Amino acid sequence: MRKYNELIFELSKPGRTAYRLPENDVENIAVEELIPAEYLNDDELNLPEVSEVDIIRHYTNLSDKNFGVDTGFYPLGSCTMKYNPKINEDMASLDGFKNIHPLQSEETVQGALKLMYELDKALCEIAGMDKMTLQPAAGAHGELTGLTLIKAYHENRGDTKRTKIIVPDSAHGTNPASAIMAGFDTIEIKSTKDGLVDIESLKAALSDEVAGLMLTNPNTLGLFEKDIKEIADLVHGCGGLLYYDGANANAILGQARPGDMGFDVVHFNIHKTFSTPHGGGGPGSGPVGVKKILLDFIPTPTVEKDGDRYYLDYDYPKSVGRMKDFYGHFGILVRAYTYILTMGRDGLKKASEMAVLNANYLGHRLKDHYNLQEDTIFKHEFVLAGLKDGLSEVTTLDVAKRLLDYGYHPPTVYFPLIVNEALMPEPTESESKETLDEFADALIKIAEEARENPEILKEAPHNTPVGRVNETQAARNPVLKYEG
Amino acid sequence: MYPYIPNTKDDEQRMLEAIGFNKIEDLFSDIPDDVKLNRDLNLKPSMSELEVANYITKLSKENTTINDLTCFLGAGAYDHYIPSIVGHITSRSEFYTSYTPYQAEISQGTLQYIFEYQSLICNLTGMDVANASLYDGGTAIAEAAFMASNVTRRQEIVISKTVNPQAREVLKTYAHLQGIKVIEVEDEGGVTNLEELQSHVTDKTAAVIVQSPNFFGIIEDIEAIEKVAHSQKRTLLIASVDPISLGILKTPASLGVDIVVGEGQALGIPLSFGGPYLGFIATKKSHMRKLPGRIVGETIDTEGKRAFVLTLQAREQHIRREKATSNICSNQGINTLAAAVYLVTLGKKGLREVALQATQKAHYAMNEITKSGKYKPLFDKPFFKEFAITSSADADEINSKLLEEKILGGYSLGKEYPQYKNGILYAVTEKRTKEEIDRLSSVLEGMI
Repeated sequence: MRKYNELIFELSKPGRTAYRLPENDVENIAVEELIPAEYLNDDELNLPEVSEVDIIRHYTNLSDKNFGVDTGFYPLGSCTMKYNPKINEDMASLDGFKNIHPLQSEETVQGALKLMYELDKALCEIAGMDKMTLQPAAGAHGELTGLTLIKAYHENRGDTKRTKIIVPDSAHGTNPASAIMAGFDTIEIKSTKDGLVDIESLKAALSDEVAGLMLTNPNTLGLFEKDIKEIADLVHGCGGLLYYDGANANAILGQARPGDMGFDVVHFNIHKTFSTPHGGGGPGSGPVGVKKILLDFIPTPTVEKDGDRYYLDYDYPKSVGRMKDFYGHFGILVRAYTYILTMGRDGLKKASEMAVLNANYLGHRLKDHYNLQEDTIFKHEFVLAGLKDGLSEVTTLDVAKRLLDYGYHPPTVYFPLIVNEALMPEPTESESKETLDEFADALIKIAEEARENPEILKEAPHNTPVGRVNETQAARNPVLKYEG
Repeated sequence: MYPYIPNTKDDEQRMLEAIGFNKIEDLFSDIPDDVKLNRDLNLKPSMSELEVANYITKLSKENTTINDLTCFLGAGAYDHYIPSIVGHITSRSEFYTSYTPYQAEISQGTLQYIFEYQSLICNLTGMDVANASLYDGGTAIAEAAFMASNVTRRQEIVISKTVNPQAREVLKTYAHLQGIKVIEVEDEGGVTNLEELQSHVTDKTAAVIVQSPNFFGIIEDIEAIEKVAHSQKRTLLIASVDPISLGILKTPASLGVDIVVGEGQALGIPLSFGGPYLGFIATKKSHMRKLPGRIVGETIDTEGKRAFVLTLQAREQHIRREKATSNICSNQGINTLAAAVYLVTLGKKGLREVALQATQKAHYAMNEITKSGKYKPLFDKPFFKEFAITSSADADEINSKLLEEKILGGYSLGKEYPQYKNGILYAVTEKRTKEEIDRLSSVLEGMI
């Protein structure tokens, strides 16, 4: 196939067109007579002129330069790149969902409200919480929403000195960033050498200035925080609340629930756990569940039911207000509910079991070649600390780039920050034993190459649409739009 | 068996044996008994695809859509025509099943379309730099306010009440978190009251936020507002704009706006009951490093070939953690692709034609509805594709009657603007025909 390297702007030719509108059938009055000339733009628009064929070929060629879950194995740790079922897409595209206006009267959108109501109930059951808000647009937005609720809770009690949020050093970067955005300061606590929350470090951080703790369980090392009850008691004992970062929820569906662990507020990453597409970066969805103590503060509106009628409820006088426009990423919620119905209580549990089995099996296959914590059960993901016989000149980045040549999307690299040369695979339940074996064989082969021919890693990738890209140049001399 | 889980019973057994376990339950032995869920989830059992499709389709049919009705409702979400090509491109699974393009070498498709999207937003607004998008128009305003506060080290935001009420609510929720004071300026005859605006702009003002065309559809006098905003040194002017309106209106950059934001739903994204949509943000080069969210830049690969990569990441949460400009760790991905495809499909002439037709049809509708005298224009100011009218009749009653005639009526202004109690805001896009507009006005006329 020919190498494609054009920008859409470079295809433009005066006179080409890709659209046709019906003739204007109302009176054709010059725009200058409708809108004062000083508001009007006299210049031609700076947009390309291309034909429909140009556009389809352009984007089809671009899609060939992309790797998705549908292309192959995508074990990006902490991102839960599971298969995106096609029925989900079909359901979100139904006329009755795709073509309804958010401000239509409630009587004309009963089906949409019912779906949201039922999804709320299902997510509450999965999380062990009392009520969800479906508004948050993504995981990080869910974190911000949860912290907003924690803030409102303390403010409502007149407890204004609680200005600190505790975050473990293994946490996702969004946790401290969300805490700062919500107007808190963060206290970072250390992990034990086994990678769990250090109870002593937590105790030392606790005070009457602590608003809450953010925690992922299983944590970012793929380990279940087995002391979670004690952690919850300690935080609650000092008057703080517990926030559950649901990024790793795919490990525990039907096995354990954040609500039962003592968490007061929870977000799910719908695009991770509930199979909706990652879309090259979004849109995601990050519903937040709360226990009763936070219900008064929930963002409005919520979806409620009165007899057979579903309605939007704005009647929360102490609500924190709106977190975003309208009611959330509805199209994504349709996909998630389709998935939950498809999998059911048995399928969701099975998904977690297979995600965990796949992770442990893959870890087992790799532990002789890459550094891995011994004698531990992992949940849905695990973290390799570089090559076993650590040749200093070969880095995790080199291993990742070499994996591209073998046709895989590499695992997450250099996260969590507490692990040196971290490489974090999360296989998910979507993969077969054969895929895992082939992937493990590739990584073992790469470990051999690292010893025998490190240059091949250093110069990787070799057979991708572009070679290793120069990030330094991009940052030093930013070119952020086409200047043509 | 489950269609999305490929391991067989036999695979399962062999994998368990390999890792030295007897049964799946053993893999969960690290979860203490007191937090284990020792029962089934109280959900329905799994279903076949056909059963699920039947149920979800049934729910969808309990909604009345804009294909069943003639839509004159806008107020932040619009029934513009979406060319067929948009959905075909966004449904390519190489795009929608990928994630944030961390591995640039196998993500050039995503990176390039984001780069093109950024370029298109810059071209449309006249600004120097745009990010890879934010969640929606409302959060884009809130992020822009935080950005302005960060740039100016000031804690007050002055916002016109002619900005979308929902966006103002989002701003207030966000602002409260950081102790930022939000001052709202009343409208006067449907536009920002300039005198009142001037009285609130002080050396504490981080930014002035306006919307144009504003929530009532009226084109604000940005040149005059710009003078007021910039009467204080360092105060920034943030404008929220309808991207379709830029088909005919002056660019925000040419009017002296510092940060441009907006809701991008009109650019080829379906209504979908309010989301997912697309927030855009663009600014001047001098504020580039304070922008929130992902940004794609052009660079070269090892052979000197043009390539694209996520850049300026020192602003972002995964590098800077608590020092990041925002916590955002995604963009609207596939919706930015929809917007890019929409803009290149309409192109130089098409976007202008969409904007022109919407303007002409909205003005025709306004004239038709008000010519009997039963309905009066609420304001007397230049407008784009939306306009407000008022009458002696209750807005909700009018809308119920319109619904019986299969017309999706306008937005009732009374709840958010008590001073405009019987006011209704109508939106007319290029999709509406003369016949549909005539029917709206004749049904309305028959009501009073």
